[in-house]
Amino acid sequence: MPLPQPCPAPPCCSRRCGAGGANSRQVRRMMGAATTRIGQQDPELVDRTGFSPEQINNLHKRFLQLSGNKDTISRENLNDIPALTYNPIKSQIIEAFFDKRNQHDSEVGSLEEITFEQFLMVMSHFRPPTLEMTAEEKQAMRKEKLRFLFNMHDTDGDGKITLEEYRKVVEELLSSGSIEQESAKEITDAAMLEVASTNVPHMGPEDFYEGITFEHFEQILKGLEMESRMHIRFLDTATVHCGKS
Amino acid sequence: MPSRMGARAPAGFARSFWELGLLLLLVFVLLQGSVFPYGADASSQHAKDGCSSTHEGKPNRTKKVFPVLSFEYDHIKTPFEVSLWVLFASLMKLGFHLVPRLSSIVPESCLLIVVGLLVGGLSKLIGESELPKLDSGNFFLVLLPPIILDAGYFLPIRPFMENLGTILMFAVVGTLWNAFFIGSVLFAVCQIPAAGLTHLGLLSCLLFGSIISAVDPVAVLAVFEEIHINELLHILVFGESLLNDAVTVVLYHLFEEFSAFGTVTVLDGFLGVISFLIVAFGGVLVGAIYGILAAFTSRFTSHMRVIEPLFVFVYSYIAYLSAELFHLSGIMALIACGAVMRPYVEANISHKSHTTIKYFLKMWSSVSETLIFILLGVATVGGPHNWNWIFVTSTVFLCLVARVIGVIGLTFIINKFRIVKLTTKDQFIVAYGGLRGAIAFSLGFLLEVEDEEMRHIFLTAIITVIFFTVFVQGMTIKPLVELLAVKKKQEAKRSINEEIHIQFLDHLLTGIEDICGHYGHHHWKDKMNRFNRKYVKKWLIAGERSKEPQLIAFYHKLEFKQAIQLVESGAGGKLSSALPSTVSIQNIQPKKPPPAPEPRERVLPQLPKSREEEIRKILRSNLQRTRQRLRSYNRHTLVADPYEEGLNDLLKKQKMFELEKKIKEMNNYLSVPVATSDSPTLRRARLASDPQAYNVKPDPVDVPTIQVELASPQSPDSVNIMDEFRKDKEKDEDTGLTMKLPSGPSAPPRKQSEEEDAKDPQKLTRCLSDPGPSADEGEDDPFLP
Repeated sequence: MPLPQPCPAPPCCSRRCGAGGANSRQVRRMMGAATTRIGQQDPELVDRTGFSPEQINNLHKRFLQLSGNKDTISRENLNDIPALTYNPIKSQIIEAFFDKRNQHDSEVGSLEEITFEQFLMVMSHFRPPTLEMTAEEKQAMRKEKLRFLFNMHDTDGDGKITLEEYRKVVEELLSSGSIEQESAKEITDAAMLEVASTNVPHMGPEDFYEGITFEHFEQILKGLEMESRMHIRFLDTATVHCGKS
Repeated sequence: MPSRMGARAPAGFARSFWELGLLLLLVFVLLQGSVFPYGADASSQHAKDGCSSTHEGKPNRTKKVFPVLSFEYDHIKTPFEVSLWVLFASLMKLGFHLVPRLSSIVPESCLLIVVGLLVGGLSKLIGESELPKLDSGNFFLVLLPPIILDAGYFLPIRPFMENLGTILMFAVVGTLWNAFFIGSVLFAVCQIPAAGLTHLGLLSCLLFGSIISAVDPVAVLAVFEEIHINELLHILVFGESLLNDAVTVVLYHLFEEFSAFGTVTVLDGFLGVISFLIVAFGGVLVGAIYGILAAFTSRFTSHMRVIEPLFVFVYSYIAYLSAELFHLSGIMALIACGAVMRPYVEANISHKSHTTIKYFLKMWSSVSETLIFILLGVATVGGPHNWNWIFVTSTVFLCLVARVIGVIGLTFIINKFRIVKLTTKDQFIVAYGGLRGAIAFSLGFLLEVEDEEMRHIFLTAIITVIFFTVFVQGMTIKPLVELLAVKKKQEAKRSINEEIHIQFLDHLLTGIEDICGHYGHHHWKDKMNRFNRKYVKKWLIAGERSKEPQLIAFYHKLEFKQAIQLVESGAGGKLSSALPSTVSIQNIQPKKPPPAPEPRERVLPQLPKSREEEIRKILRSNLQRTRQRLRSYNRHTLVADPYEEGLNDLLKKQKMFELEKKIKEMNNYLSVPVATSDSPTLRRARLASDPQAYNVKPDPVDVPTIQVELASPQSPDSVNIMDEFRKDKEKDEDTGLTMKLPSGPSAPPRKQSEEEDAKDPQKLTRCLSDPGPSADEGEDDPFLP
């Protein structure tokens, strides 16, 4: 099959995947259901993202549908999803897809377009835990999910959620109802106060709590079982939705 | 520390043992007292009856001396005895907690059954046969509804809905499996000639199986509430016990019908399925209708706060009765009713009514639970028994086996669909938590079979199973949970940060699902929520609150709770510190004031930063002094209590918060007359929970109105502001420990200030019209001039 060759060197991954997308498109034109191959042909992708080949296939179909059969997705593509219209945190969600920090690299900044593999990497944050996971693996998964959330809040990427950033989150969260800026402010203040007081219980009057670090973030959300909460169901059967064409 | 504990415990034990003994004695005297007069009365009545029949009412003609003190026990007999039993049950409940170690080892339900056994045994010794039975009518119409309503009203809806599939699977398929497995294997056992039960038909066995297979909500609640298991397991077992009612009802009626005729056709089975659907969905529908009615009624109760709780109770009870009227599942109706009405009712009714509902439900349910277990014990002694070794042991054994097989088999299927799988430990707890209880007993009691002996065999077996599950499983489940290290429930209250993130996650997951392009759980939930917000709330919730986003509602609740704690900590010295630290709002505010965000405000000159710092410093030192003086003042008036320190910290924090607000306000509204300096929190708290606050300061005068000329932010006026503040401070110090805000203008100026306070109309309307838990002004009206 003419689909992507396994390529050991990481740097070329994204390009390869892009090529894979293009390839598969051509193949599909020729012989129909060739998209089903992309996952099976790419065990490395399965490894890296933890999705099953079927899930990758389904996501790939969706990817092509969203991008209009292109190799990359831009912000506009995601913006056009009708179901997202009413989502109060729409912009944050879309931004998260283009955030380099969510690609398991240590880079900071944002991308203009993402390839299918990058799309998968973002999606992989929403995998459910499995029954076989050990406690450590669960812990790692939890941390990864929390990191994703943290990155969504920390818009400037300095490793701290400042009061302004947090306030923006709450404001957007409330924007679905009647907007009460004052309430949003109050709530954020109270929330920030709570973070500060649980993590740094003794502050002098002159001290200044600059923002929520990731450790503090973990600390305040330890009551939420993030590993079993933050997931969606990824379809692994080849049904339900079919491509545009 | 341990040694002290060790030394203390026996003493405490001995002491409370004595107390318990005394209590028991007292209660027995009371009870026997109630029984004896009755006996005496009954015999005297007999005598009188005999008398009147022979002498034809002769005594009536002779004029009697007017009885100064007459004795007529019959007149009050029923309510009196009922009250005595309730009193007895409550005293028992009280007594157990006086014995320190007992209640941690043995579940309350076991102790109550033992008490019932003792009472039954005693009265049997005395020869009294008139014992109250666990009468099925009373049980289903009086004792059961409070427990179910309590469970339904406080049902954790979120985990319940998230696991609804699993719960239904266990409740419907699991119960069916149990009933048929137990019934058919028992039939096989009965065919053994040694048992002497060959006359028992298959249908009778199936009928028995359907009675014994249902997990009992009362027993489950009683045991699971004590072991604090994690939310998932709790809702699985408890939800199952609630929802299997429909299955039990249908199976019971089905087999009762069939065992009378003796034949079953395919059509009957089909009708049974239809009947099940009608019973289950009909019950839910009836409950939901009454729930919506209750919510709608509560929309208009703002002028009649006192009867608000009554609506909740009466509507639910009528829902239960209406469902029972058509033999629908009353339990499901009650659950649906409570769960549907709660969010809307809570938004409408006052905080006090909410508390009343909570306490009434808890009180009723715990009393009826106590009564149920005691009466179960009594009935065990009193009832006719027919002990058949083979039948009883095979029943107990089959119950266990069927449950284990059922849970394992069903989990195997369920885990294919669940995202978060059930582990082996979870399966074990779910299987082990399958306790049987009084519902099964009452159903067994209701049985109308021509063969009295068979009924007695059934009843004995049912009681044995109940005792086995409640005693053996109920007592060992706690150590087992600890042994297996099953995750426990987190006790901590949900914090504002967690609430923010729960909401955030909801939207995030919905968004990701939408991007993935398939509509799952979150998508539909989101749709429902939007529908609810857009249409339903408008109709069912009065006033402003219908538009309130959930997060804000949560925040106000939290805020209110903290404020109440603050006030209570002042009154009772019990400090549950909401924020146990010295962090104050200024620690999180960026040093530079945020560039005035309100677009609707005029752009005003801001205080220069240095100036602001200066003000801050002055305020802070002021506060320090205040605090010191407060403390010295306290020493003279109050007994020094250990919480004082924390209390002062809190006070200080609140003050700092206020001052911070003032400074901000100065920045933002320099030209606007500053009307009140209260935060909405404290204002609300004072209004709602501490009417005395109004009396402490009878002459509310100077509301600090600050007028600073626009042109000169540096003018001496700003110094005056400081003076104002300082004055406020000092005034406040004078009042010592009244837990109010600095310069809190009490009720009268509040009115006035509200009139001039136009800067924040939305919040204002909230304060004025908001009837909900946050601020119930309706009840406090008498205190307002």
